[in-house]
Amino acid sequence: MRSFGVNELIFIVSAARWTIALSVVAFLGGAAGGLLVALARTGTISPLRYAMIAYIKLFQGTPLLMQLFLAFFGPNILGFNVDPWAAAALGLTLNASAFLGEIWRGCIQATPKGQWEAATALGLRYMPLMRFVVLPQAFKIAIAPTTGFLVQLIKATSLASIIGFVELTRAAQVINNATYRPFLIFGIVALIYFAMCWPLSIFSRRMEQKLAVAAR
Amino acid sequence: MNYVFQFGDVFNAWDELALGAWLTVRLSALSMIFGLVVAIFGALGKLSGPKPVRWAIDAYIEVIRNTPFLIQLFMVFFGLPAIGVRLDADQAALLAMVINVGAYATEIVRAGIESIKKGQIEAGRALGLKSMQIFRYVVLLPAIRTVYPALTSQFILLMLNSSVCSAIAASELTAAANDIQSRTFRSFEVYFVVTAIYLAMSFAFSGVFAAIERLFLSRPGKA
Repeated sequence: MRSFGVNELIFIVSAARWTIALSVVAFLGGAAGGLLVALARTGTISPLRYAMIAYIKLFQGTPLLMQLFLAFFGPNILGFNVDPWAAAALGLTLNASAFLGEIWRGCIQATPKGQWEAATALGLRYMPLMRFVVLPQAFKIAIAPTTGFLVQLIKATSLASIIGFVELTRAAQVINNATYRPFLIFGIVALIYFAMCWPLSIFSRRMEQKLAVAAR
Repeated sequence: MNYVFQFGDVFNAWDELALGAWLTVRLSALSMIFGLVVAIFGALGKLSGPKPVRWAIDAYIEVIRNTPFLIQLFMVFFGLPAIGVRLDADQAALLAMVINVGAYATEIVRAGIESIKKGQIEAGRALGLKSMQIFRYVVLLPAIRTVYPALTSQFILLMLNSSVCSAIAASELTAAANDIQSRTFRSFEVYFVVTAIYLAMSFAFSGVFAAIERLFLSRPGKA
């Protein structure tokens, strides 16, 4: 049996870059998708609105692990061969789009009605109305819950280990299988996740309090 | 696309899937009940315990909420035996789920208790209620009523999250799916059907939670 040394530690710590990479890709993809979902969900085109409600319900009502499995095995059926990295990125992006879409829908709808009416009265069409009036205000409200969701997303990337993508959790399993020091290894990994997530959680809470004070 | 879908193998294993679904429901329901108990004590400790207790509860909440459930599960399943506590996969899954949901639910219940106005407690005291009665009828029940939507959506998330327990081969729906998959190689079909079952279960849980609210949590005279 191998012992747990510096090399093993370096292997684990350097695998954190894949956790970060996956989080960033899924967040950016989810932000793009989420914006479209939120706009369609708050828009006036009924079929699109219902489609988005169904999309959100589907992704919020099923386990992320199943979504990752389907993202892994589904493209194969269509003739695309995806590796675990692409499958994880695809699954997490679709998942994040649904959650961010629902969060941002709330933020868009939370901008006071008077703002919409005033902008419409000024003759602004949909695009400038969104671009210059609604979204900037919604953005401020969205910072706290979006950061909160980013924490969820970083933790969620650990599930990519189950479909075989070597990120932080998978690296820990590999090293644990070779050295069998579970407490130490998963403790270190928990600490790394904590170091990534906790500052974001604190930031999110601060923003929330700031907004609550501003609203008072 | 020249793939031929074959759902036959999956539907032939309906008994395994039904058992798996039942085990997921049981595992989730038990975790919810124990998790709520943890949350009530956690919230009480955080609001009225001595400082060290409050710090310990804060640390518990922050650690659990900022680390992945999968790592918590591995800690319980692989870590505890290293210090002499041996659990089988099902016990480890239940324990990890209770620890996990307990942290989230503690914060939710705390928010509920904090929303109770002081005057309400004083009114209870003026009516001559004993402190246990005050806690039960004046504080806890209205608190839970207030945060019920947040609490139940957390519980549904927990049910969905229980699929992660398949990683340690605990007996539940996803593990059943993995078994069928490795036997039939109908990966997409199996997980597609199982995803549909999870969706149905999350709707069913929503329905049950709504029924519980109507039956037990509606305000007297308002129902």
